[in-house]
Amino acid sequence: MTLTAKDVAEIMRLLEQSSFDNLSLEIDGVKLNLQRGSAVPVRQPAAPAPPAESQPQSVRSVAPKAKPPSEPGLAEVASPLLGIFYRAPKPGEPPFVELGSKVEEDTVIGIIEVMKLMNSVRAGVKGEVVEILAENAALVEYDEILLRLRPGT
Amino acid sequence: MAISRILIANRGEIALRVIRTCKALAIESVLAASKADMDSLPARLADRTVCIGPARPADSYLRVDTIVQAALGVKADALHPGYGFLSERPALARLCEQEGVIFIGPTAAQIEAVGDKLCARTEAEAAGVPTAPGGPVETVGEAMMLGREIGPPFLIKAVGGGGGRGMKRVDRLEDLPSAMELAGAEAGSAFGDARVYLERFVERGRHVEVQILGDGNGRVVHLGERDCSVQRRYQKLIEETPAPGLSADFRARIHAAALQFAERLSYRSAGTVEFLVDLERNAFYFLEMNARIQVEHPVTEVVTGINLVAEQIAIADGRGLRLKQDDVKREGCAIECRINAEDPARDFCPSPGTVRTAVWPSGEGVRVDTHIASGSRIPPYYDSLMAKIIVRAPDRPIAIERMRHALAATHIDGIATNLAFHADVLADPEFQAGGVDTSYLPHFLERRRLVQEVRAHG
Repeated sequence: MTLTAKDVAEIMRLLEQSSFDNLSLEIDGVKLNLQRGSAVPVRQPAAPAPPAESQPQSVRSVAPKAKPPSEPGLAEVASPLLGIFYRAPKPGEPPFVELGSKVEEDTVIGIIEVMKLMNSVRAGVKGEVVEILAENAALVEYDEILLRLRPGT
Repeated sequence: MAISRILIANRGEIALRVIRTCKALAIESVLAASKADMDSLPARLADRTVCIGPARPADSYLRVDTIVQAALGVKADALHPGYGFLSERPALARLCEQEGVIFIGPTAAQIEAVGDKLCARTEAEAAGVPTAPGGPVETVGEAMMLGREIGPPFLIKAVGGGGGRGMKRVDRLEDLPSAMELAGAEAGSAFGDARVYLERFVERGRHVEVQILGDGNGRVVHLGERDCSVQRRYQKLIEETPAPGLSADFRARIHAAALQFAERLSYRSAGTVEFLVDLERNAFYFLEMNARIQVEHPVTEVVTGINLVAEQIAIADGRGLRLKQDDVKREGCAIECRINAEDPARDFCPSPGTVRTAVWPSGEGVRVDTHIASGSRIPPYYDSLMAKIIVRAPDRPIAIERMRHALAATHIDGIATNLAFHADVLADPEFQAGGVDTSYLPHFLERRRLVQEVRAHG
């Protein structure tokens, strides 16, 4: 099966009509990535995470299941992967961040283990840690809020 | 040991179907869902749902490490892979085996053995199961030699293919060399395995498959056959059991062949052995084995009264085969229609979107397996199967009648579906006569298109 220009036009039309902002398609080795134009305000796309590499986190405003923020205007650091969350580099060592810690965009705030592969999670925004939601050594889901920051400062 | 918590590594109707059986067995179900499926019916009905990644299957449903991590993280004893996605990837079964998570399915080695089509063909021959005339060919010279022996038309098949993928039809012997080279190159890039084999192409064939259950220690039972000849581009649309018009002797031979094949592998769990029935030669040939629960398994369930997923779980739990061959009684006829979110008027183009209203049929002998209700979203990332409508009746004419009523009672708004198309097939005298071959649907579509054109201009 191959994709013709007509197929691509059809797929673009479908995407346009759908409630989605981007579409990735792979048919017999042909990859197609489509993204809606910036006319529609979109939340930062959740980056498909290369597993063994650390990367900054997208910051988002709405999260399911999380307890409500203690104050307005907080930025959230969401988990890029499902895995086991560790607050410290090794057992017994101090955590990467504590309540009140000042972080930069690339400050590591924790590690997520996926089948013995360690992935570091970065803050993504500059600010002060005001809430830590994820428990040490517990399972976190994809997109689960790990902690909240007061941006700036 | 007893399985008490199952991670379901799938989505859609099959996820819901497994969740329902878990509930019936008082087993906790944990659904591993992508971000796009977090508000789906299965996600709401599972005891727990964990989000494994973004919508894109490559970042969620196809991630072996994430799926197994999820199973370990929620402390599931077992994992049900459903169909599609990772269900027939040896890597998932193997990682489960290594990590002590029970894989509800065959062993990794069995998945590997039947996934390699040439290996499966060799196993079939060794088990005394008929295969289509042909064999492996490495060079153009070999292909020509074998081609001369078996005669055209031919089918060049990729060893790593299956389910209609990686096949090339060649009508003339002189076209074999160029087709061989092309097929090898295509197979190499599509499956990472350039090996191909040559078979005689069966012009008029029916797709008949046999459902089996094995305990993994060499004991296997069959649950009868299904006819899945109503296909479009190798996608099955209507399945039924029993296969119409087969003699008792032919039926017994095809069942026996499936058992021989599965016994040879000491197959574990539910599986399907697929055959091509050659109408012109009154023969059948082994096609492939599907090492998973199949989409069309409910037609077998409704005529046997056996819950295949419950049996899969029992076998995985070490309780073995709970049935003897004599316990398997098949009563009546069953038909399944696959309702897809796709538009037959636009070459079956997928039509994802939000389902405004969904009204499904009910009544005597009607079963609907679906994850779609009013307000459900059909994401564009996955296949377009919305529902399976299954009917059971004492005989085939009544089953067809019941299905026509069931289809008429179904109402879907908001997206295009193939409902009307199914109704047309069921009203077609050729389908009603029974025993159509795999060329039926393409011809039917052509006829239907012509009729519609005449109507439009008339």
